[in-house]
Amino acid sequence: MIGASAVSVRLGGRDVVADVGLDVHRGEWLAIIGPNGAGKSTLLKAVMGLVAHRGEVTIDSRPAAALKPRARARLVAYAPQSPALPPDMSVFDYALLGRTPYIPYLGRESGHDRRVAASVLDRLDLTELGTRRVGELSGGERQRVVLARALAQEAPVLLLDEPTTALDLGHQQQVLELVDRLRRADGLTVVTTLHDLTVAGLYADSLLLMAEGRAVAAGRPAQVLTEALVGRHFDAQVKIERGPDGRPVVHLVRGGP
Amino acid sequence: MTTQARPSRARPAWVASALGVLAVSMVAGLLDGAADISPWQVVLQAVDWLPFAHVDSGLAPVEQGLLYELRLPRVLVAAVVGGLLAMAGAGYQGVFRNPLADPYLLGAAAGAGLAATAVIVLLPSAEGSVPIAAFAGAVGGVFLAYTLGNTAGRAGGTATLVLAGVAVTSFLTAIQTFVQQFKVEELQRIYAWILGDVGGGWDQLWLVLPYAAVSAVLLLVHGRMLDVLSVGDEEATSLGVRASRVRFTVLLAASLATASAVAVSGLIGFVGIVVPHVVRRLAGGSYRSVLPLSMIGGAAFLVLADLVARTVLAPAELPIGVVTMFVGAPFFVGVLRMTRRAVT
Ligand SMILES: Nc1ncnc2c1ncn2[C@@H]1O[C@H](COP(=O)(O)OP(=O)(O)O)[C@@H](O)[C@H]1O
Ligand SMILES: [Mg+2]
Repeated sequence: MIGASAVSVRLGGRDVVADVGLDVHRGEWLAIIGPNGAGKSTLLKAVMGLVAHRGEVTIDSRPAAALKPRARARLVAYAPQSPALPPDMSVFDYALLGRTPYIPYLGRESGHDRRVAASVLDRLDLTELGTRRVGELSGGERQRVVLARALAQEAPVLLLDEPTTALDLGHQQQVLELVDRLRRADGLTVVTTLHDLTVAGLYADSLLLMAEGRAVAAGRPAQVLTEALVGRHFDAQVKIERGPDGRPVVHLVRGGP
Repeated sequence: MTTQARPSRARPAWVASALGVLAVSMVAGLLDGAADISPWQVVLQAVDWLPFAHVDSGLAPVEQGLLYELRLPRVLVAAVVGGLLAMAGAGYQGVFRNPLADPYLLGAAAGAGLAATAVIVLLPSAEGSVPIAAFAGAVGGVFLAYTLGNTAGRAGGTATLVLAGVAVTSFLTAIQTFVQQFKVEELQRIYAWILGDVGGGWDQLWLVLPYAAVSAVLLLVHGRMLDVLSVGDEEATSLGVRASRVRFTVLLAASLATASAVAVSGLIGFVGIVVPHVVRRLAGGSYRSVLPLSMIGGAAFLVLADLVARTVLAPAELPIGVVTMFVGAPFFVGVLRMTRRAVT
């Protein structure tokens, strides 16, 4: 559904992403993991066409570069790691921005667009906040509002950059479960960066481990989340066990490096 | 859901009250100075001017003439200029995502000032062409800044554009100062032009009306696009919007509006910042309401400013730019104080 081959991004005179490829089928969930500064966010931006890059990105087997911006936006929705939020805009209007790819340049939202935005807010428990100004929200509320905007886009591919960093445990689960359900019900294809390795291993079908701009490991969670790989690339001492469902659980070891 | 599912256009109540304020200001602007005319007669007379409407205002032909030839064009020019400047300010603020952006940010004022000064000093016989020269100068100034900004920095970026505007403004102002030294005796006329005047009469109104109408329509239809731009270029792109194209169109329309306003009225400061800011405080930040309400509010503000300019020192007249700055400067400081938190 979404693929990239040999993607490289040069920023500030060095290769922030170097020769990375990925291939995610319809309905799959890929989590990109790696230490801070590994190039995860930049890779997502390259896939989204937001930074100049080498290599090819394909969406639904078509070269992304050949797609018009609106057509691309109907296929791929993106929620950035640190979104720019217009402080005076209401939460509802902000979610409604997700409908932009369906609205003519000088047109305005239809009743259907408004219903979609309202139902997405409802699914994320945000209906009550609908009339609040975006600038007045807490960090976790903001993160869910940004997700709502991306979901309102109703695109078959969802790129989420650290969607859970500001969320408490319950909301983390709510967001991830929602994305998981959408993926199962509507065949949504999901690519997220996730800094919590256990969570990444729990929800994703496959993991891509990046370090210093390169893809250093890829595969099923159990293949990537090994004590050797995590220890080496995160410079951390960890213990990895099987969880109740057989997926890896990453523990920090006290007194590590 | 029903309460939220309303579109974020300007609410009718706000539009109606803004129009009400504008109507009252215009009647007050027409009325001033004519001691024995009642407001009601002015209203009747205004209705009489409308096509196909005939009512008897009870005014003598001399009074009608005074209203029609002097007051009416003056009030209308003030309204058009105020509306254009306020909208242009709102447009620039949307493009630069900065509530303190000003219609003169990209060199429109300096370009117009240089061109007007050049005509007054170098072509004194062609004084009638000052508005056209100012218009061309304003457009030229913005063009220069835009070209410079896009060649010096990343195409379509805003930061270099602002810096280019600063550079163009100081460069053109330097030339203007140089040119005006040639004829020091014209300094007063140059300053009178710079400080603004809306008393140009019907000719000047007709001169700018086509440009004013085009730019106003262009700006008004871009309200939603400016809302999309407010999430930043990257996210706007991810929503399928070509941010640099929207920015170019809005800048073009706002600069045309500014040039039209400058051509008939000289450099009237602060309207473009004060009015959109008040609108935003009262009616919310969506450009779909900020643009139309700024247009109406700017018109009312400048009609009232002109009224003050004509009356406080009557029979002498204050330059209208002095009045707007007198209100605007303290307000500007207030805005700076209130937004300090967001800037630092
Ligand atoms: N615009 C830029 N110019 C130069 N370097 C950048 C720019 N953006 C990001 N970088 C650098 O690229 C590297 C990867 O950044 P990023 O993709 O945000 O990492 P991650 O999301 O994995 O933490 C970092 O070292 C960062 O400093
Ligand atoms: Mg990141």
